[in-house]
Amino acid sequence: MAVRPSPLAVGVGVRVRTTGPSGHVRTPGYLRGASGTVVALLGRFPNPERLAYGAPAPLVALYRVEFAVTDVFGPADGASRDVVTADIYEHWLEEVQDRE
Amino acid sequence: MSDHHDAGQEHDPGPRVGLSPFAARSRVLAALLVEKGVLTQDEIRRQVAATERRSPETGARIVARAWVDPRFAALLREDFAAAVAQVGVDASGLVQFEALFNTETVHNVVVCTLCSCYPRAIIGNPPDWYKSTAYRSRTVREPRAVLAEFGLHLPPEVTVRVHDSTADLRYLVVPRRPSGSEGLSEEELAALVSRDCLIGVAVAASPVAA
Repeated sequence: MAVRPSPLAVGVGVRVRTTGPSGHVRTPGYLRGASGTVVALLGRFPNPERLAYGAPAPLVALYRVEFAVTDVFGPADGASRDVVTADIYEHWLEEVQDRE
Repeated sequence: MSDHHDAGQEHDPGPRVGLSPFAARSRVLAALLVEKGVLTQDEIRRQVAATERRSPETGARIVARAWVDPRFAALLREDFAAAVAQVGVDASGLVQFEALFNTETVHNVVVCTLCSCYPRAIIGNPPDWYKSTAYRSRTVREPRAVLAEFGLHLPPEVTVRVHDSTADLRYLVVPRRPSGSEGLSEEELAALVSRDCLIGVAVAASPVAA
C-alpha cells in the first residue's frame, strides 16, 4: 500500500475507509466510513496488520482522529458535544476536501 | 506430553489436573521456553512477581505528583516515560503512554472496543468490567449513560472525550484535583485517586469523604 507522501495535518478532515484486509485489524468496525478530524500525529509504528502474522511490517503513521459521537451513532439525548477519539493508521484514512 | 519435556516439568509449580485449556497451554509454553533456553524459570518467576506488584496505587502516585508539581505535570504531558521515571516507574516498554488531563470543560474516559488494551505496565490488570462486552460497546455509543451507571453525573457543559485504545498507545486519566485538598500531603492526595479515576469512570474523592 502506498505511503502518503506528506503527513496529514492536524485539523484536517478525514474519512475512515470502509473496506480493508480481513484478519487482525486495529480499526474498529463502528468507525468504518465515519468522518472525523485529525487531532494528533502519534508517530510511526510497524503495521500491526502484518506484524500480527510475523510478516515484514513497514512503519506506518498513526493518527489520533476525533469523531463526534452523534456523527458516528446518530443523535442521542443531550450528548451532542461528546467525542470519541481513536488511533488509526494512515492507510485507513482518506482526506476529505469538502466538509460541511 | 512426552518424556522429552521433563526438563521443563521439573520446575512445574503444580499439578496439571483440572487446568483450563488456556492455563494448560501457558504451562506447556513456559516449559518449552525454559527447555529451549529462551527464558529461565527464574526470569519467568521474577516477571510474574513484577506483574503482580503493579497496582493502581502507582497511577495514584503519578497523579498526586502532577497535582503538587506543575513542572512534573508539564513533563507528564510531553514525555510520559521521562516524567514517571522521576517517581521510580518504568514506562520504557514496547507501548507508549499518554496522560489525559481532565479539565473544567473536558472529562476523559478510556475504553478498548477491540479487546482490552489497558495501561497494565503501570497499574496492573484491568477490572473484569473493563473487559466486558457491555462496557466496550456502550462507552463509545452512550458515554454519559455508562458514566451515570458508575455514579458519575457530569454537567452538560462538560464534554466527554472517550479514548478508544485501538493501537500502540495506552492512556492514563489524570483527574482534577478536588477542592478542599490544598493542605494535604502528596501521600494523602494519592489516597484520593482510585483505579476508576485512572480509567475515567470516576473523579477524585473529596478529602472529606476520603
